[in-house]
Amino acid sequence: MTKRAQPTLEVRALHKSFGTDPVLKGIDLIVQRSEMVFVLGPSGSGKSTMLRCCNRLEEPDSGEIFVEGDRLTGPGVNLNAMRQRIGMVFQSFNLYPHLTALGNVTLALRRVQKMPRAAAADAALEALTQVGLGDRAGHYPAQLSGGQQQRVAIARALALRPTVMLFDEPTSALDPELVGDVLDVMREVKAQGMTMVVVSHEMSFAREAADRVIFMDQGRIVEQGPPAQIFDAPREDRTRAFLSRVSG
Amino acid sequence: MTGFERFIDTFWNTAVLVRYAPAILQGVGVTVVLSLLIVICGIALGAGLACVRAYRVRPVSFVIVIYADVLRALPPLVLILLVFFGLPNLGIRLSAFTVLFLVLTLVLAAFAEEIVWAGITATPKGQWEAARSTGLGFTQTLGWVVLPQATRMVIPPLTNRAIAITKMTALGMVIGVPDILGQATTAQSFSANATPLTLAAVAYVLLFLPLVVFSRWLETRFSGGRA
Repeated sequence: MTKRAQPTLEVRALHKSFGTDPVLKGIDLIVQRSEMVFVLGPSGSGKSTMLRCCNRLEEPDSGEIFVEGDRLTGPGVNLNAMRQRIGMVFQSFNLYPHLTALGNVTLALRRVQKMPRAAAADAALEALTQVGLGDRAGHYPAQLSGGQQQRVAIARALALRPTVMLFDEPTSALDPELVGDVLDVMREVKAQGMTMVVVSHEMSFAREAADRVIFMDQGRIVEQGPPAQIFDAPREDRTRAFLSRVSG
Repeated sequence: MTGFERFIDTFWNTAVLVRYAPAILQGVGVTVVLSLLIVICGIALGAGLACVRAYRVRPVSFVIVIYADVLRALPPLVLILLVFFGLPNLGIRLSAFTVLFLVLTLVLAAFAEEIVWAGITATPKGQWEAARSTGLGFTQTLGWVVLPQATRMVIPPLTNRAIAITKMTALGMVIGVPDILGQATTAQSFSANATPLTLAAVAYVLLFLPLVVFSRWLETRFSGGRA
């Protein structure tokens, strides 16, 4: 039995409320293999919540999510196994402060994927080299700049060889001069064919690197399309208003 | 005899000192063994309870909180007397040493549970999320990511509490544990002289002063940022 070509990530009718406050009001999203999808929207539009539902750090109220056709939502899902296929990069890096860069990357390789110590170290070093930090493997997070910490966090996700990577405002906590390095690494990751969903305010990066831009507002996808269309010829008033606000 | 000579004769009588020093030294051995057992078992039990509490199973957490609060509220001496003189009525006969060990271990565990729990809750939520997002389970995250950080954070208060509780081994005197103070009070009543008590005080200082200094060092070492 051959598997039909599946979208890498599929979100169907996703709903989520915090208390009585509806945050996601029915999100449908299909991300194809090797696609980089950029999610824009004002704060409170639900974009981070949507992203966090995609590895169930946030539990959806209803709706379905599939990774390569395999169901992520619902009972009986082996969540820890599924999560290894979904890399996540956080705004605040969330590196483990008591472990070195290498230790940060090897932890899940050793404890979840049960790799022997040497193999895990090799894989981790390869991932760190990929983000340009092969020579920083022995450094603790406190000894690294913000940009370097975020690149280690990317390596930590990358080393598990996920099928899709989620980026939750990966550059928002960085000093402006450190943003470029992280974006370079993301470009590199994309060039190697990674499927990526990115919530970010880096408009020029979106315009240059994204395959598709999604504009969210008040818990719904308002508009989506290639970056040129969204940025230069948005159809919806809300998109236009948002873009004029952020571009000043 | 001048006042000064009388003072020396009472608190530093050489003959008494030489005679009872070996007994006090035996007491030091008992205190050291007891203290080590209490610190190891008490902190292990307390940390274990804090970990169990991290699973947030309501009835279980409730029992742990009640345990910790009651044992922190009760004066340890009351517990020691209660257990030592109460349990034999139920047919359970424990040695004075065992009673002292059990009570102080349980008391230290109560404090350690609260301290380690504070460390666990102070560990940023992002640490849990990062670990879980890589496929680590709850227990793995607790063990490999949260607990190491929590422990580091709470080492200074934990050390202080451990010292405070181990000093309470002196309470064993009232039920006849042959620890430093137990030996000293026995010697004092035989010799009708306070020198054994002076000796006990010296022994306590020699034993605990390095620990107090060590905890001060730990405090400066771990207070600046989370390394």
